[in-house]
Amino acid sequence: MINTIPIDYYIWLSVTLFTIGVLGVLYRRNAIIIFMCIELMLNAVNLLMVAFSSYLNDAAGQVFVFFIMAVAAAEVAVGLAILVLMYRNTKTIDINVLNRLKW
Amino acid sequence: MVSIELLVSLVPLFPLLGFLFVAFNTKKFTEGFTSFIACGAIFASFILAIVLFIYLLSVTSTERAIHATLFNWISAGNFSSTISFLVDPLSSLMLLIVTGVGFLIHVYSIGYMQGDEGFNRFFSYLNLFVFFMLLLVMGANYLVMFIGWEGVGLCSYLLIGFWFKNQAFNDAANKAFIMNRIGDLGMLLGIILIFINFGSIEYTDVFAKATTLDSSTLTLIPILLFIGAIGKSAQIPLYTWLPDAMAGPTPVSALIHAATMVTAGVYMVARNNLLYALSPMAMELVVIVGLATALFAATIALTQNDIKKVLAYSTVSQLGLMFLALGLGSFTSGIFHMTTHAFFKALLFLGAGSVIHALQNEQDIRKMGGLKKYLPVTYLTFFVGVLAISGIPPFAGFFSKDEILASAFEHNKIIWAIAVLTSLLTVFYMFRLFFLTFFGTARAGQHTMHHVHESPQSITIPLAVLAILSAVGGFMGVPEVLGGSHWLSGFLAPVFASSKEHIEAHHLGHSTEYILMAVVVVFTLGIIGFVYSRYVIKNHTPVAEGQIISSVQRTLYNKYYIDQLYEILIVKPLYWISEKLEEVIEQLGIDKLVNMSGSSVVSGSKVARLLQNGGVGYYIFAMVIGIVLILVLGSVIR
Repeated sequence: MINTIPIDYYIWLSVTLFTIGVLGVLYRRNAIIIFMCIELMLNAVNLLMVAFSSYLNDAAGQVFVFFIMAVAAAEVAVGLAILVLMYRNTKTIDINVLNRLKW
Repeated sequence: MVSIELLVSLVPLFPLLGFLFVAFNTKKFTEGFTSFIACGAIFASFILAIVLFIYLLSVTSTERAIHATLFNWISAGNFSSTISFLVDPLSSLMLLIVTGVGFLIHVYSIGYMQGDEGFNRFFSYLNLFVFFMLLLVMGANYLVMFIGWEGVGLCSYLLIGFWFKNQAFNDAANKAFIMNRIGDLGMLLGIILIFINFGSIEYTDVFAKATTLDSSTLTLIPILLFIGAIGKSAQIPLYTWLPDAMAGPTPVSALIHAATMVTAGVYMVARNNLLYALSPMAMELVVIVGLATALFAATIALTQNDIKKVLAYSTVSQLGLMFLALGLGSFTSGIFHMTTHAFFKALLFLGAGSVIHALQNEQDIRKMGGLKKYLPVTYLTFFVGVLAISGIPPFAGFFSKDEILASAFEHNKIIWAIAVLTSLLTVFYMFRLFFLTFFGTARAGQHTMHHVHESPQSITIPLAVLAILSAVGGFMGVPEVLGGSHWLSGFLAPVFASSKEHIEAHHLGHSTEYILMAVVVVFTLGIIGFVYSRYVIKNHTPVAEGQIISSVQRTLYNKYYIDQLYEILIVKPLYWISEKLEEVIEQLGIDKLVNMSGSSVVSGSKVARLLQNGGVGYYIFAMVIGIVLILVLGSVIR
């Protein structure tokens, strides 16, 4: 069933998703949106992995995806916690304001 | 039955264990326990030394050498060295002196150091010293001897500066260490040269091949080794450390700076007797240095007013006499005098310590006097020591000194005359010291005199034992003329056998020897009479500091200004050179280089830190660019 859709489509879809993610990270100033864009990139890669796994009949790719999802969940927990603390301290999550991380 | 090799290796083990045991528990042990451990360790070694001595006596004279190899220590390329011990008559005699006299001085120290805050530290150093001294005399190769040689130097440094809160004492310790280092350099070069030429540093290998060497190397090696002896045994020109070394506690002066360590040079020359016998030039150097030192130090001792300084210069002078004997080829006489000297000089120093103790650390003989009735035991034993060093028959010094004088007479009448003069000077300053200390009126303050009392038994018993040894010690070498058989000479014969054929032997007629002895004894008695009339009957005392004295006296009192001379000739130029080096190389070269590396990092980081501007967006942008670059470059390079 899945084989009826050519692999190119999956590749284009995930490239598009990934590019959206990259651009979002580069252009947006809201830290939560940047964060969401990072997740988008991650999931674009996941999608590609699953597609190739199915295309090449190799289960390793899907196993990888599970790992990535588990790690991503942990990362989200930490990242959101940082953002919450940041907001409590500075009352903003605009990254242009958060520029004190320097010498 | 334990093997004899095991016994040999146990001898130095006891002092080492004693040192470790005390040194790691200095805070915990009481004085009584420490003295028990430390003295017990030395006593155990002493017992073993006696056992070894008896064993050597029980075998025939050709077999009188025990080799004990512990383990292979260094093995690199064609160089190899073992930790091995050699006990032959010479080292056996040294063992008896080191452990025997060492034990007495340990016992003495119990009383002398009582109540000192560094009591435990003191005993740990003493044990360490004995350990290194035993390594020195027992080593079967030059390297083991050198370890001991350096080790005793270290202990000497530690003990001279024992009361390290006094800066003058620390300076004295430094002086001793530096002077010794100069000598040790010669020693080390000598050992290296031995290895290069013989391919081995074992005594047996070296002595077996010694005759095959060309004469220039054969002269250079003994001279280099002798430079080491000059430093350790305080001969001209490196003798100035020994009088200053009197800063240490008196038992240290007795043990290290009179009885044992300073005789290491004598032992070393006697051990290498074959090398010296093969090189007339080295022998001549030994004679000249020994004789010059003997006379020079004796004249300085004439005018010194510090009881320990007089004894120190006397030690230097007597060491000179020993070297004179060695240089003249009568090795037995040198060792004989070293043995008797160990007895009576340890006795004199310990007696002086007892006096100093009684007078609450007063060392100036101008402030002593009249102590005869307050310190009867010290007085009597000190008297024996003075008689022994002055060479009054039948005390120990007479036989050994007479032997040296006789061998000097055989070789050269001038050497004999100077040696006699030296021994007469010795008589003068020793009796001057003796009379000023014990006779006449008491010159110490009333408060001090009120507290004068005889020292405790742990001090008087070693004094008594040493006094007996000083009185009868000479009988181990009664010469043939006086109806003896010279037991010591027979005992040591195997050690010096190989060198005997290289030294031309002279023999004096019996009548000549009688005349020589008589002359010296008569002169000695005359000097004693003169000193007695000057210091006891006329009650003459040396003038106080700062009063006018004749220029000769002033020169002697200031020790010929040798220290000042060294200061001008060596210390000042060295300081000057260091200052220049500091100004040019240090400040202009090294400092600049170091500062430059530091400032380049600072200026580099001033630029680099601008990259870190704190903007998160900027970081992310840089990261994306970076990833893209890596990907592009990665695909391009592949």
